[in-house]
Amino acid sequence: MRVAVVPLLVAIVMAFPLAGAPSFSAAAETQPLLIGYLEFTDDPRYDEKRAYARIRVRPHNRPRPGAEMAIRESHVLGRALKMKFSLERGEAKTAAGLISMIERMVAAGVRYFLIDADAAMITALGAATMGWDLLLFNISEPADALRGAECRAQVMHVIPSHAMMTDALAQFLVTKKWRKVLVLKGPAGEDAAFAAAFEVSARRFGVRIIASRDFVLGNDPREREKNNVALMTAEGNYDVVFVADTEGEFGRYVPYQTYRPRPIIGTEGLIAKAWHWSWERHGAPQLNQRFEKLAKRRMTGTDWAAWAAVKAVVEAAVRTKSADFKIVRTYLRGDQLTLDAYKGNPVSFRPWDNQLRQPILLGTHNAIIERAPLEGFLHPSENMDTLGYERGDNKCRLGQ
Amino acid sequence: MAARLRTGLIIVVLLAAAPGMAIAASGRIYVTNEKSSTITVLNGKSYKVVRSFKTCKRPRGVHFSKDRKQFYVGCADDNVIAVYETATAKLVKRIRGIQEPETFDLAPDGKTLYVSNEEDATVSFVDIETGKVIKSVELGEEPEGVQVTADGSTVYVASEAANLVHVIDTASAEIKADILVGTRPRRFALTPDEKELWVSAELAGQVDIIDTRTNKTTGDIVFKPTGFRRNEVTPVDLLMTADGKTAFVALGRANHVAVVDVASRKVTDYILVGKRPWGLALSRDEETLFVANGLSDDVSIIDVASHRVLKSVAVGRVPYGFLIDD
Repeated sequence: MRVAVVPLLVAIVMAFPLAGAPSFSAAAETQPLLIGYLEFTDDPRYDEKRAYARIRVRPHNRPRPGAEMAIRESHVLGRALKMKFSLERGEAKTAAGLISMIERMVAAGVRYFLIDADAAMITALGAATMGWDLLLFNISEPADALRGAECRAQVMHVIPSHAMMTDALAQFLVTKKWRKVLVLKGPAGEDAAFAAAFEVSARRFGVRIIASRDFVLGNDPREREKNNVALMTAEGNYDVVFVADTEGEFGRYVPYQTYRPRPIIGTEGLIAKAWHWSWERHGAPQLNQRFEKLAKRRMTGTDWAAWAAVKAVVEAAVRTKSADFKIVRTYLRGDQLTLDAYKGNPVSFRPWDNQLRQPILLGTHNAIIERAPLEGFLHPSENMDTLGYERGDNKCRLGQ
Repeated sequence: MAARLRTGLIIVVLLAAAPGMAIAASGRIYVTNEKSSTITVLNGKSYKVVRSFKTCKRPRGVHFSKDRKQFYVGCADDNVIAVYETATAKLVKRIRGIQEPETFDLAPDGKTLYVSNEEDATVSFVDIETGKVIKSVELGEEPEGVQVTADGSTVYVASEAANLVHVIDTASAEIKADILVGTRPRRFALTPDEKELWVSAELAGQVDIIDTRTNKTTGDIVFKPTGFRRNEVTPVDLLMTADGKTAFVALGRANHVAVVDVASRKVTDYILVGKRPWGLALSRDEETLFVANGLSDDVSIIDVASHRVLKSVAVGRVPYGFLIDD
């Protein structure tokens, strides 16, 4: 932190050579707390060309406006408490580029970084920054491994994991007594990971997967048992179809094409979300309206995560009234954090894998049907912990 | 139509009996329903629904004029404060161009409304006569509860998203202090001596107590109704009896109203009501407490002496606030 103070004060002295001590201390008080915002430029998840005929199957917008909105919200709070928060952006095409950027920013006093990057990149950044005095916030990557075997003490996860999302879906199925599920899963690695998460959730909550079938995209009649939805869903008696198609190109043709009249869940139909523009409780309309005004589009789960990450840093800095990184970090990761996530429960980070515990929204394209944890799913200390990995359940050992 | 004629007749009779007296009070209870954009009218004795009428969109805060001859309804989705005649519930006028009004309070002289504008994060001072915004003060995000002191010199506004209580000097429209409180501050109650300002912190699950001389928090009240965890307690509205001895706090998702002894700051009872109670109102004689249950679309009516729920009455969708013409 000291590194940043010196140039700032020098700048002030140069700008106001006649100013006395009072303005000196005032300037020191409003020294901005910088939050880094780093993007992986070539992140394949944002590749817009992947859908046929340029149809954007899913909105792949960068979540940056979420972070900007949170900074904007902090202004009045900052005015009141004589603190200032601002974002410092950066992007790079390689892990080495991002790491050297982090290095430079750390030297300039930045301690908190929002990272918009895929799982491989987050793994690389986590390995490179082990033991550094900083916190990285994963705002867009749900891969379970990042919270499991690859977890790091300095990497916080604001976006919910796959496990949290599939647990929410499994709770919903149990509540509806739709316990027999047919799984259709795609060829992408992420599809397999999402389907695997659902298998764990199914075991955890007593949902039965009657069959799991791999699909491929195409019209080849020789592969029709893999590309024809009606054929794929003809066999077996199931209550619901779980689709694992993170790309969405196959999934969007599953509803209304199944052999039996059955609802679709997973990446299509009823979807587990961190956030949705149609969520209308717990102050959500205000947050959505603010976001739409700023970004000229609707707020998504990753926008929400970017917003919540900045809010968490601001909240910890404000409550501790401290510029000392270690004090703020302890508060931020501790159970005192009472962050308003606009999802009904105050949220905080799980100490065993740095995942933000939070309610999950289960929704269609234009309505939220349920909020998980669903009624009746209880936990000895915190019902939100019925979603995702429990202490000791995953391979995460934070080592402190 | 028949109902309206009958009410009109009664008022004529009453006015004839005692002209100019406050006896025109009908005893009726008005409930604003946020999601159905209606106002439900209850009979003050039987608590039966007399009628329900459409008002502007997303009506929430509701307040009498100083002489109680009119009342004001803030409608967020129409950016309007609608003015109604109390006796007839007829629309008198609309004060337009008030950005997303949520709740508001009335200056003691009855001329100015202090309105929290949820979307553009301001409190506006609205001249009721002209309908003009005289002043506007920039606040933290999502201002909600508004409370004016008895002398009209100070207005307190809670900013839900910034976790701040703003202390505003009404004459200069300047912020005198910003007080950091628990997560998601919602509503206020002032002790009658105005030495303490109580503010509900919805997500912190507590009521914070502010010393109005130092503008610092001096304590809090935590609620533990049986069978509910701390994070299921989400207090919103609160109010105090005129003698300042008892406070009532609507506990939101904990489905109870807490009764608090103000002097000792101890919770003395929890009253089970409908789902997500948030709006509260006391009858003028303080014998009856009305509770708006936001998630069960009904109103619980409580006998204050016995802490018993006398009746639950279905109203419109998402009831928010009350006005009791008694």
